[in-house]
Amino acid sequence: MSDEIKADKTMDLKGLPCPQPVIKVSKGIKEIQVGQVLEAVTTDPGALADFPAWARTSGNEILKTDQESGLITFWIKRVK
Amino acid sequence: MSEVLATRGEEIRRGTMAVDDLARQLADLKRQVENIKPGADDRVSIIVFSGDLDKVLASFVIATGAVAMGMEAVMFFTFWGTPVLRDPKKKAGGKDLMGKMFGFMLPKGRNEIKLSKMNMGGMGTSMMKSLMKKKNVASLDQMFEMAGELGVKIYICEMTMSLMGFKQGEFIDYPNLEYVGVATFLEQAKNSKVQLFI
Repeated sequence: MSDEIKADKTMDLKGLPCPQPVIKVSKGIKEIQVGQVLEAVTTDPGALADFPAWARTSGNEILKTDQESGLITFWIKRVK
Repeated sequence: MSEVLATRGEEIRRGTMAVDDLARQLADLKRQVENIKPGADDRVSIIVFSGDLDKVLASFVIATGAVAMGMEAVMFFTFWGTPVLRDPKKKAGGKDLMGKMFGFMLPKGRNEIKLSKMNMGGMGTSMMKSLMKKKNVASLDQMFEMAGELGVKIYICEMTMSLMGFKQGEFIDYPNLEYVGVATFLEQAKNSKVQLFI
C-alpha cells in the first residue's frame, strides 16, 4: 500500500490559515531534492483544493492525501 | 512532337514558379515566427489603489500566494495605497503647506490603516486585528516581511508622491522597492497573466 510512503522532510502547518500553508510548502519543497518527498500536515480545509492547485501550477506531484479528524496530510514529491 | 515538348516546357516553367512562390511564402512565415514575442509571463500585477486594511491585506495574500505558486508578483501602490508604505519612524522635511497637511491627515504607515467596512471609529479594526491574531491570520507586518523574503516587487507611484507631497525618505525599508511611473507598471502588467486593481 501507498501507506508506506517515506517522507524526507515533514512540515507541521497546523493552525495556519491561507495563504501560509502554501507559502511554507513552496519554501519547504525547495529544501528537498528532486524525487524526494515532503510530508505536510495542515488543519486548513482550503488546503484540500489549494495544495493540488499549487502542485499543478508549480509542477510538483501530490502522491497521497490523508484526512483524519481535522488533520489533512499531503505527501508531495518534488518533481522539478 | 514539338507541340508536346512546348506543353511540357510550359508545365515545368509553371511548376518552378509554384516552387519559388512556396519558398517565398515559407521565408515570409519564418520571418514572422522569429518576430513573435513570448506571450504573457507567469506574473501577477496588482494596483493597490485603496488604503484600507482589508484591501491591502487581500493584495498581500494574492501577491505572496502568487510567488508560492511559482509566479512573480508586482504591487504598484498608488493614491490612497501610497501612505500604507510610510514608515512612522521616519520624517521628511522640505514639505510645503499642502504636503504637510496630507502628511498629517493620511495614515503614517500600515499600522494606522482601517477597515473599509465596520470600522466603527476604530473599534471594528482593532477587533478584526485581535481576531486575526487569534485565528493565526498573518498580520500586515508579517505580510510585508513575507513578501520581502519572497521577492515581491513593490512600486510606489511617483505622481501620487508629488501630488500629496511625500518624500522618498519617509517610506519603509523594503528589499524590492522602486519609485516609478505608470509606464514601468504597464511594462510589467502588459506581460502579466493576472492583473488586478484593488
